[in-house]
Amino acid sequence: MHDAPAIAVSGLTKRFGDVTALGGIDFEVPQGTVFGLLGPNGAGKTTAIRILTTIIRPSSGRAEVLGHDVAEEPATVRRLIGLAGQNAAVDPNLTARENLRLIGRLTRLPARRLDPRAAELLEQFDLVAAADRPVRTYSGGMRRRLDVAAALVSEPPVLFLDEPTTGLDPQSRGALWELIRQLLREGTTVLLTTQYLEEADRLANRVAVIDEGRIIADDAPGVLKERLGQTVIELDMGDEARAAEAATLITTRLQRAPGREGPLLRLAAPDGSMLLMDVMHALEGDGMVPRTIAVRESSLDDVFLALTGHRTEDTP
Amino acid sequence: MTTATQTPSTPTTVKPAPTGTGAPRDEHVRRRDPFALVRHSLTLTWRNLIKLKHQPEQLIDLTLQPVIFIVMFVYLFGGAIAGSTHDYLQFVLPGILVQTVVFASLGTGVGLCEDVAKGVFDRFRSLPISRYAPLVGAVLGDLCRYFVAIVVVFVFGTAIGFRVQTDALAVLATTGLVLLFAFGMCWIFALLGMTMKNPRSVQGIAMLIGFPLTFGANIFAQTATMPGWLQSWVKVNPVSHLTDACRGLLVGGPVATHVGWVLLWAAVFTAIFAPLTVRAYNRKS
Repeated sequence: MHDAPAIAVSGLTKRFGDVTALGGIDFEVPQGTVFGLLGPNGAGKTTAIRILTTIIRPSSGRAEVLGHDVAEEPATVRRLIGLAGQNAAVDPNLTARENLRLIGRLTRLPARRLDPRAAELLEQFDLVAAADRPVRTYSGGMRRRLDVAAALVSEPPVLFLDEPTTGLDPQSRGALWELIRQLLREGTTVLLTTQYLEEADRLANRVAVIDEGRIIADDAPGVLKERLGQTVIELDMGDEARAAEAATLITTRLQRAPGREGPLLRLAAPDGSMLLMDVMHALEGDGMVPRTIAVRESSLDDVFLALTGHRTEDTP
Repeated sequence: MTTATQTPSTPTTVKPAPTGTGAPRDEHVRRRDPFALVRHSLTLTWRNLIKLKHQPEQLIDLTLQPVIFIVMFVYLFGGAIAGSTHDYLQFVLPGILVQTVVFASLGTGVGLCEDVAKGVFDRFRSLPISRYAPLVGAVLGDLCRYFVAIVVVFVFGTAIGFRVQTDALAVLATTGLVLLFAFGMCWIFALLGMTMKNPRSVQGIAMLIGFPLTFGANIFAQTATMPGWLQSWVKVNPVSHLTDACRGLLVGGPVATHVGWVLLWAAVFTAIFAPLTVRAYNRKS
């Protein structure tokens, strides 16, 4: 089954009582690639990961890992996967070394390989100095690194990372990204969930945007960004009337309609500074000086606004 | 991964090859390794024990609590209740043994709930191990904890003057009986741990169950000294039967009927709450 995709999901649903956590999703992840599942809290990302890692069973539909159905051959699937993330933690009361040895013993690593494998991973994940301290004393970044290390003890070909960098400072996030890229170079397939567009963009070969249990976009991050705009420009025109006037000016002069929300105008583009200059030119002759101008990387919120018309925290 | 059994000496056998040739189905895995549940459970029992090493406060809790109870009741109330602290020590120590283990069994629920809340169980479930190993490991590890508590009570009690009136065999029988009862009880708290979201709420509810069981019993005072309505509860309380059985075994008195009741209660608790716990554990999916 060399040709089987690392992960194949079709028509996958999961209901908890009356609540539909997944309303039928489909996607495929080729071997040796990184797939990003992007969405806000409660979108169904974790549910999808828990089904794929055999922790819960789907209500309907199919999910396969390297050609093995997760519901029919869970034991086989478990030997092909590693799981790390917010809902699959290491034991905070053991040390890093004890945690790695524990997982090694449970995954049937030969006894004499336990210590060398733990040492290798501690080295690779820069945890040697803290290796013999209980994990509850670790910083967030160290803990996440150990989480990922623990998922790698048995060298699984498919790795699931559930929001691996949520709550981390930028430096720890960068370090973890580098580790994930390293795994990719070694041929591991990675499925990661994230709330950060930037993370999906930096790491993933392909990104699916998930909202309320449905996939609303599935593309290469570059394509998504082109569709949605990488940079967002926000102009505060002071009041709604001026905003309407400025919007008309921009629409006629630049042939693109900005989004409007009260006194705010919002435009997205792959090339933010170019757009900003154009907007300024379009407005300046008529004395339409914005009260404030903000230029920022487009956030998940912007993606959602663009794709669904509602903000991530909205409950329609 | 059929290579795992054929070439156990190859260091890379753990690297699962995603090949289609003879990919084992689940039944094969089970047939090939009938001891998987036992082995994985023991590994996870080990986890629950070394955990104590890194949580000295839990170990102190486990060992100091019975000591404090013995000191407090024997020296503070002993004279008033029994006329002499020594007489009271002989009376109360078997009871404190029971109380200690009942309270230790509350911890089983809290520990399980923490494992679920922190995601430790989810990690285990994604590993190629027996489904029930985490649950069995937790309970076995706790039985070891109860045993430590029992030893503490015996050692400290003896140090301050408690004397077993029977023999070593009776001490062993007492230990076994108390452990068996605790095993039954721990399923009640395990069920709480599996169904409630917050370890603190588990602790709170478990205490609400633990207090009437241990204080509404004949542990600290003779049943005959209590008002009628309380007596009717104390007499049916399984903890009272266990206390009577332990007293009988350690300092003399009727044993057989009480042991019978204790065995029955342990069986009833296990028969009702173990399956419910397992069901709740499976429902976590």
